[in-house]
Amino acid sequence: MADTMQFDLVAPERKLASVEEAVEVMVPGADGDLTVMPGHAPMLTTLRPGKLTLVTRSETQSYAVTGGFAEISPEGVTVLAERSLPAEEFTKEVHDRLIEEARRVHDEAHPSVADMTAKLLADMEALGSHMLG
Amino acid sequence: MPSLKDLKNRIGSVKNTRKITKAMQMVAAAKLRRAQESAEAARPYAERMHAVMAGLAGSVKGADNAPLLLRGTGSDRTQLLVVMTAERGLCGGFNANIAKLARQHADKLLAEGKEVKILTVGKKGRDALRREYGQYFVGHVDLSEVKKLSYDDAQRIARDLIGRFDNGEFDVATIYFSIFESVISQKPTAKQIIPASYEQEEGEEHVPTVNYDYEPSETQILTDLLPRGIATQIFTALLENGASEQGARMSAMDSATRNAGEMIDKLTIEYNRSRQAAITKELIEIISGAEAL
Repeated sequence: MADTMQFDLVAPERKLASVEEAVEVMVPGADGDLTVMPGHAPMLTTLRPGKLTLVTRSETQSYAVTGGFAEISPEGVTVLAERSLPAEEFTKEVHDRLIEEARRVHDEAHPSVADMTAKLLADMEALGSHMLG
Repeated sequence: MPSLKDLKNRIGSVKNTRKITKAMQMVAAAKLRRAQESAEAARPYAERMHAVMAGLAGSVKGADNAPLLLRGTGSDRTQLLVVMTAERGLCGGFNANIAKLARQHADKLLAEGKEVKILTVGKKGRDALRREYGQYFVGHVDLSEVKKLSYDDAQRIARDLIGRFDNGEFDVATIYFSIFESVISQKPTAKQIIPASYEQEEGEEHVPTVNYDYEPSETQILTDLLPRGIATQIFTALLENGASEQGARMSAMDSATRNAGEMIDKLTIEYNRSRQAAITKELIEIISGAEAL
């Protein structure tokens, strides 16, 4: 079994990262964080706002993602994130804007989805403590 | 016979026109390059999305609990036509071709006794269709303030569409846009987006279905992804449209520049001839005056 895998992080507007030698990837799955290593069983999971960490042999790189989904196969991970930023670009201002947006969505949301938007808001707030903390 | 002064003025004005069309062509060329780049950059996401959706849709298809967005309402009575055009004209047949395709489909649907609703994206399509189909308009998306198309714009349109679908305003939605083939060829295209159809495209290899683990459940993922899939399709269409518009404008302005050049040549010849004729006339007058003495 190979000890590295392919990792792609794509956003609708551009490709953010494509690494062939990922050793492990930590993904903020909707039902909890998970770490993917080469040879992982194929799976598809949606993402919650959170921190995505990529570990290669030489370095560790973090990204903030605000949602999307990840396709995992034994050969690699493809993350399709709606919005994503490398950790260096994730500043307090960006975070404040995201929270504000999530709060607005929550305030305007239909009561039937209020749980979902509340979770989104909470996740968004938690994202700050993960990324900036 | 126009006077020499008139001709000179005309030549001057056509020269100015040529300058403008030349400038527009160059601006379009620069914008086209940018539009193509963003279309290129958006491709990986759209492709992955398509592949995943095709796989998911295939495995859920036929199930009774499949989301409505995928399964459809089981009827095709009310059709929503989303006509995507440019905000500006002066781009050859670009807007007209899309409007023409939409018009053909609308007429066909009306003849079949279906109910037609039209949502326009971009000013030019609205203007082109307003007279004949004004009563079917249900909305308009204004992108004239948008400098650079972003995914958020597509998402806004997608949310609007899904909201209307959830309210039962229509059964089937189709988008009309132009696929960018080359600078001289843009193909007006119709694509059904609701209910989402993820058939294999022609010549595409059949994606082997992998047995994925789904987290949370398969249906839940699908419910989560379908709106994104629709937004992605709209985004792709918007980008294709953007590139097509600039391509069409570039070639339209190129031929306008050439036409202006030809016109200038013709007018210049005419101007020189009349000037020569005037000189000859004066000479004849002088000579015949001298002879008469």
